[in-house]
Amino acid sequence: MATDDIVIDATEDEAALDAEVQEFLHKTVLFRGPDPEIMRDHKPAPRSPLEEAAMAADVDDLTKTIIRNRLQTSANEAKDMLMHIASAPSAKWGDLIAGIFTARGDLAVASSSGVLIFSVLAGPPIKYILKHWQDEETVGVRDGDVFMHNDARFGNVHNTDQSCLMPVFHEGELIAWVGTIIHEGENGSTEPGGMPSAAESPYDEGLKISPVKIGEGFKLREDLVTYFQNSVRDPKLQLEDMRSRLAGTMRLRTRLLEAVEEYGRDAVVAVVRGTLEYTGTEVRRRLAALPDGKRRVVRFCDNTLREPILLKIDCTVEVKGDELIIDLRGSGPELMNRAINTVLASLKGMIAQVFLTFIWPDLPRNQAAFEPVTVLTDQGSAFDCSAEVPNAVSMMTFFPSFSAVEHCLQKFLFNDKHAGGEAKATEVHASWWPMINGFLFGGYTQHGYFVGNVMTDINGMGGGARSDRDGEHALAPIFCSMSDLGENEMVEDELPVLCLSNRRIMRDNQGFGRFRGGHGHQQVMTYKDSPLWGWMTIAIGSKFPLALGLFGGYGSPCQPLMKVKGVNALAAMAADGSLRVDDPVALMNERPFEGAEYSTAHTGMQFEIAAEGELYAMSQGGGGGYGDVLERDPAAVVTDLRRDLISAWTARHVYHVAVDPETGTHDAAETERLRAAEREARLARAVPFDEFEASWTTDLPPEGLPFYGSWGDRRTIHAGGRDITMPADALMPVMMV
Amino acid sequence: MATIERITETLDVDLDTETWRCSRCGREHGSAHENYKRGLVVHRRDPAEVHRPLVDPEAYEYTFAPDAAWCQMLEWYCPGCAVMVEVEYLPPGHPITHDIELDLDWLRRRRAAAATTDQHEEAQA
Repeated sequence: MATDDIVIDATEDEAALDAEVQEFLHKTVLFRGPDPEIMRDHKPAPRSPLEEAAMAADVDDLTKTIIRNRLQTSANEAKDMLMHIASAPSAKWGDLIAGIFTARGDLAVASSSGVLIFSVLAGPPIKYILKHWQDEETVGVRDGDVFMHNDARFGNVHNTDQSCLMPVFHEGELIAWVGTIIHEGENGSTEPGGMPSAAESPYDEGLKISPVKIGEGFKLREDLVTYFQNSVRDPKLQLEDMRSRLAGTMRLRTRLLEAVEEYGRDAVVAVVRGTLEYTGTEVRRRLAALPDGKRRVVRFCDNTLREPILLKIDCTVEVKGDELIIDLRGSGPELMNRAINTVLASLKGMIAQVFLTFIWPDLPRNQAAFEPVTVLTDQGSAFDCSAEVPNAVSMMTFFPSFSAVEHCLQKFLFNDKHAGGEAKATEVHASWWPMINGFLFGGYTQHGYFVGNVMTDINGMGGGARSDRDGEHALAPIFCSMSDLGENEMVEDELPVLCLSNRRIMRDNQGFGRFRGGHGHQQVMTYKDSPLWGWMTIAIGSKFPLALGLFGGYGSPCQPLMKVKGVNALAAMAADGSLRVDDPVALMNERPFEGAEYSTAHTGMQFEIAAEGELYAMSQGGGGGYGDVLERDPAAVVTDLRRDLISAWTARHVYHVAVDPETGTHDAAETERLRAAEREARLARAVPFDEFEASWTTDLPPEGLPFYGSWGDRRTIHAGGRDITMPADALMPVMMV
Repeated sequence: MATIERITETLDVDLDTETWRCSRCGREHGSAHENYKRGLVVHRRDPAEVHRPLVDPEAYEYTFAPDAAWCQMLEWYCPGCAVMVEVEYLPPGHPITHDIELDLDWLRRRRAAAATTDQHEEAQA
């Protein structure tokens, strides 16, 4: 046969070769690490063929509404269920989420309260599973499979958060995913409690679980459960909550399939997809109602939790039609051996919480709420960190970033309110206190168990002042909608700790203004009946104020950590009933315990072994103030004074209100005189812009200030001082020494 | 009559003259294409004058007051009525923030659209 008689099907040959190459490449990947393609894209996936068909099916709006409400109720049911059955302290006060995802992994229906950060962050682990494990012969995705994950570099917030994710099949077809995530706390990190500020690399941060299959046939694999238990300090907690999360997840699966049984697959898939698409459309409509333009703020993180530094957040928020652009370029660089760095996806999740809780709380909680938003960062900054730097306490950078965006948005919303409120936002307000001033713990309980976790007092953040009324006290954290502070009695029953002063409001600890910010609450902690116990704190804001005032209102003050060491205060108080510890400021100023060591420090304290009866105290910060202090109703100032919310000094020197010290009554004529005098004094001491700028603005940061971030030019980043700089588009990790 | 837009608690913009104005006393603060702070007066303040130390500053390093070497307050007042328009917390010497950049054309377009809607509704009535 002549060679030219041979017919070669080139197309078939090339396809076979390509398949062979792809298989080779798939099998020879050395490490299937975090996937940038998934992690850098927060937009929901396009409609799948399944969704196209479902959306085209003829389902009436009333039925869709019934199904949507039913799915929402199911997500809330799973979340409430976990609050009752899970063991982690955080779970009991609502630091969790339960939700239903599309088959492609976008969170579409989430529980209406809880940690709504997850609304934007819960999907990437599922997308990773679908991309890397679905067709992998050693893994696969089948009915009854159970997956777990906790590493922020693959999604979610930080590795204290453990998930349970489950595919939902109907007649053999993958139609959705369901899942639950809980802030578990202890995870085997270098310090107890799960958020180690002592971590100098990701490998000091404890369990780092990439998305992994932990069960089949709706059951957990006991060998893997034991492995995870073996890696943490609280194996009972690990077991209980792996089971709790599975129970909550399976409840959601059951409810979803019940809806499919009753209304049909297409109807349910159409509602899940439709909810996602409706949310994106509605957010765009609301953004379009805001005025185009830019708002800008600079913020400063004043601590790595190891040492004081000044790390800048340079934030510009632009509204452009129905899009929002958040530009954080020019902010500080990532720190190679400090754990306050933020993964970009975590940053986006936290900023999404601005919308879901503080601007538009009526929105469905899902991935699409952030769809019209673009976030611009310098890669390698502390706000878009690489995979090789630790991120266990990323809250130190992403909480203040939340505040920066929140602050800028208020300056858009005010105009919208006065123009008719087409953007349908909540009340214009100053900054919420954006930090977790509370205690982590580790050691043996009075029952003999070794534990490590976080106290629920981190939740009492003071609310920002509103444009028409004062901020609320110790209301809720910025990261968890409708959470609880927990009960002292429950805590003291399970742990050897004593809350000697808790939920007490602290005088002058607020942002002053025409309307004042809400207060945080104080805590004085100690322990007894334990052979080994220690504390740590993870908060910033001890040198540079964190909560901003709005429109002439003041920010709220700084917060120190206070310690009384070298004394057993419990024994001393048992011997002398007149000794008091319920007011930390009085405790530090009056020094009632003879021979004790009294000290204050910044609020980044690595795990520290304490002696029984030693005291550790701190306060949640207050919210920012709104408007000029001289416009505050004097009657409200007097009321604050009577309620011990402010001091007489503040009434006189900040608000310029005259109060009779004998009777506590307001002297209206004297107040009028004081305020007129202060207005005159303002004009006498102030100077015009040009004159001030010429004497104020410098080309470089002050000598000796450990400054990180841009100063004048956003393209030049300082890395610890005035003379150490890097180009913003070629950042290198900074090693702290 | 001037076409006024309320931008903040104490700042308006006159869309006809494209200037910032004080919402309290009506004083003009200069071009709305520039930073409104250019039309204000400013005072640099030690933050401890407002956020005073609550624990003894002689005895303790951290006192609830900001560290003046790290943080200064800039108080911006209206030169007409002395209302406090803005407070900035900045490291010493840090460039002043241009915090509001308006799109005046967008504001005008919204006004025009609202007027058209009003006219339409009046005609319908």
